[in-house]
Amino acid sequence: MGLLSLAIWTPVFFGVALLALGRDEHAAAARWIALIGAFISLLVTVPLYTGFQLGTADMQFVEQAPWIERFNVNYHLGVDGISMWFVLLTAFINLVVIIAGWEVITRRVNQYMGAFLILGGLMIGVFCALDGLLFYVFFEATLIPMYLIIGIWGGPNKIYAAFKFFLYTLLGSLLLLIALIYLYTVAGGSFDILTWHTLPLGGSAQTLIFFAFLAAFAVKVPMWPVHTWLPDVHVEAPTGGSAVLAAIMLKLGAYGFLRFSMPITPDAAREWAWLMIALSLIAVIYVGLVAIVQRDMKKLVAYSSVAHMGFVTLGFFVFSDLGVAGGIVQMIAHGFVSAAMFLCIGVLYDRVHSREISSYGGVVNTMPKFAAFALLFAMANAGLPGTAGFVGEWMVILAAVKANFWIGLGAATALILGAAYTLWMFKRVYLGAVVNDDVKNLQDINAREFLMLALLAIAVLAMGVYPKPFTDVMDSSVAELLRHVAVTKLN
Amino acid sequence: MIDNYSWITVFPEIVLLTLACAIALVDLYVKSPNRTPTYVMTLVTLAIVAFMQAEYAISGLNQYGFSKLVVSDQMGNWLKCFAALAVMVTLVYGRGYAGHREMLRGGELFTLSMFGLLGMFLMIGGNNLLVIYMGLELLTLSSYALVALRRDNTMATEAAMKYFVLGAMASGFLLYGMSMVYGATGTLDVNQVAQAIASGNIRHQVLVFGLVFVVAGLAFKLGVVPFHMWLPDVYHGAPTAVTLLIGGAPKLAAFAIMIRLLVEGLLPLAPDWQQMLGVLAVGSLLVGNLAAIAQTNIKRMLAFSTISQMGFVLLGMMSGVINGNTISSADAYGSSMFYVVTYVLTTLATFGIILLLSRKGFESEEIADFAGLNQRSPLYAAVMAICMFSLAGIPPMVGFYAKLSVLQALISSGQALDIGLAVFAVMMSLVGAFYYLRVVKLMYFDAPVQTAAIEAPAEVRILLGLNGALVLLLGIVPGGLMALCASALASMMAG
Repeated sequence: MGLLSLAIWTPVFFGVALLALGRDEHAAAARWIALIGAFISLLVTVPLYTGFQLGTADMQFVEQAPWIERFNVNYHLGVDGISMWFVLLTAFINLVVIIAGWEVITRRVNQYMGAFLILGGLMIGVFCALDGLLFYVFFEATLIPMYLIIGIWGGPNKIYAAFKFFLYTLLGSLLLLIALIYLYTVAGGSFDILTWHTLPLGGSAQTLIFFAFLAAFAVKVPMWPVHTWLPDVHVEAPTGGSAVLAAIMLKLGAYGFLRFSMPITPDAAREWAWLMIALSLIAVIYVGLVAIVQRDMKKLVAYSSVAHMGFVTLGFFVFSDLGVAGGIVQMIAHGFVSAAMFLCIGVLYDRVHSREISSYGGVVNTMPKFAAFALLFAMANAGLPGTAGFVGEWMVILAAVKANFWIGLGAATALILGAAYTLWMFKRVYLGAVVNDDVKNLQDINAREFLMLALLAIAVLAMGVYPKPFTDVMDSSVAELLRHVAVTKLN
Repeated sequence: MIDNYSWITVFPEIVLLTLACAIALVDLYVKSPNRTPTYVMTLVTLAIVAFMQAEYAISGLNQYGFSKLVVSDQMGNWLKCFAALAVMVTLVYGRGYAGHREMLRGGELFTLSMFGLLGMFLMIGGNNLLVIYMGLELLTLSSYALVALRRDNTMATEAAMKYFVLGAMASGFLLYGMSMVYGATGTLDVNQVAQAIASGNIRHQVLVFGLVFVVAGLAFKLGVVPFHMWLPDVYHGAPTAVTLLIGGAPKLAAFAIMIRLLVEGLLPLAPDWQQMLGVLAVGSLLVGNLAAIAQTNIKRMLAFSTISQMGFVLLGMMSGVINGNTISSADAYGSSMFYVVTYVLTTLATFGIILLLSRKGFESEEIADFAGLNQRSPLYAAVMAICMFSLAGIPPMVGFYAKLSVLQALISSGQALDIGLAVFAVMMSLVGAFYYLRVVKLMYFDAPVQTAAIEAPAEVRILLGLNGALVLLLGIVPGGLMALCASALASMMAG
């Protein structure tokens, strides 16, 4: 079994084992098995980084075996500089989420842990798949555990959120399916993504395929104006669900742009780049403004996610090394930071059972250790230099300014807006005098919560101070992608 | 002309008939209130027949018998094998339910099921319009009696009446259409019909007139819009075990006669019947999915779901011949066959769960009865959830690959209209996802209303677990069954 197969199937195996474990009487065992499973799953992904060959854009750790011969579908896996870090990120976030749910989840623990492990394996599969159908199967299969996670362990309005999440994202991906089948037909019976990259396509076909891809990926990212599902879902999802959703699931959409939209339909991508840039800027500026006025912390972070993902798509569609690499760095950074933000809200919610900003005030007085972590993550979310949030935003803004000054100016306002909504929230929740008895009676974080936040804090700082390991890995792949996109596929 | 080979082609049918008659006689002396001896003998019979058909199919037998009245080919033998297995599984799931509802006072449930299966075998293996028609009548007459088996129950009696009246009308349609085809071509033999049409010396108008009736008759039997009205009422009214007998295996036979009549017999008229099937498919997808949303009774909901699923089958059937070119026909019809087979597999597990939740004096028919099933039994909830996701076409369940292969057949034609149809079909399956998800929501998100323990004999538990696992496993490795369907259809198209 190859490394990538191990990375995918180890968590799935542990997840299925947990589901088979039965009922709540084994809750303690379920937690430990989940933790061990998540830890092993993270360990098996480490050789992907240590054994990664720099300086080449080729797929690495490739595995290929026939899967459905009738349709010439292969179990074809591989990672390049674009996807490699997401495998590690997913495994890492999975571990953090298991720790986060340790005491909080008391109902059907084995199903909760099992669902997250299976979800993690499936998402790794999305990043590794080099076969269109395999990608689609992983991409869609992630909906099932997430639907159950939101619906079973979610908040008061969880049913609405679960349905909205499922149906909204399914709507987009069904058009993706049509596009994949069409490409299969045009390619003479092949679902191989790398073959599709070199497949000549006419102008109108490219446009249609590009928009079918857009329907699937824009909903997932989510881009304005199809972002409306995200705040509703985030608010109702359990803390772990929100963290995984923001940290990894949104990246599946952005990753789709890099693996599908740009290389398969390069001409359409260049033709419609103005639209993508416009939508991205709206996400950055308008959704940023919307975030400022939120009263619900989770909603605020959800809108901030939309704004940050706007940065990612903006970086992609200015078609420069700096922009695309910046977008990818921003994806990874946002993975750490958004997960941390949601887990911080979770820490407060577990104690006070309110997400309203107005229910808090002066938390720093009673939870100093926690407030220190929260400040770090808030700064990272606002893009402070020295944290992970800065690197990607800086690269994207630089690329945008190079492409067009006004686009750059629009993008740069995000730094102001980001600081505004994040720091204002921080001020209202953490600073000042203690406002009520709930806050007065708060207990500071325990060792488990400290561990979970410390892991993320290390990641956020390390990436901010020394981003080279991240950027080095992606350089060749990004350069190759841009070379590829620059060549027309029209014939 | 009757030669030695003729007997080989119908050997499983002879075994089935003989044993069915023997079991009917033996049953007179059975004292057990649950008809255990009859039950066991029936299962053994079905297992033997299924095994023989599988042998035939694997050996690649391709043989006409009795002056081409019947044919034993790969497609037919696989379908017969699956049909026998489906009836077998149905009886295992349904026996407890039937026992609680005084349907086992006699052994009719078992013997009529076997005669129904014999009818399906004749439909699947018939190579002559009359043989196919006789098989159909044998199946439907057995089904009418089965629906009325709970004779003290007004719902069941009403359903039987509706089923009989509408079914008789459909048979009339089909027979009338067949007579037109006979009138135009002068033969009842399916292959000779095709030859006669190909020769060109026929009255095209009469033939197309007959074709309309044949398609209408088939549409009635499949239950597609606008000939679907009987389906929800019969599904709802019939005892659930019988609903499964009607809604499971017979779909395989209905698919087979569609292939025999339309593809083997009337392929030159493909442009005509493909248009008709297209209209029927669009109507079924639309009405089936939209009407299913409004249902509160799970059997009615599944009836409308069946209508929409059959719409997908028709989509595969209508994309076989592109501009008179039959190169991709086998693929397209193979995708329909895969769809039907996997649909039957999923339906078995779905109704198996409904049967399981029904107790003595309690029909688990409302969708709300599924509330909190996950807390009562994680295993059964998981099986039902797998089936719902499969019917909704979400990977990695097998239902996804069924939809995939039909859509692929549709899109490979490359015509704008077909691609538009594919987009319409996936949009409708998005609507469908809503009501399948609602069942999952009830099972997993809501608190249980019923708290009675779910009891079932070991064989039902094991079989249900296997059935659910198969829906998932075939989704993870769908290649084998897909290849089987494709090669079965390819050898039929070639032969």
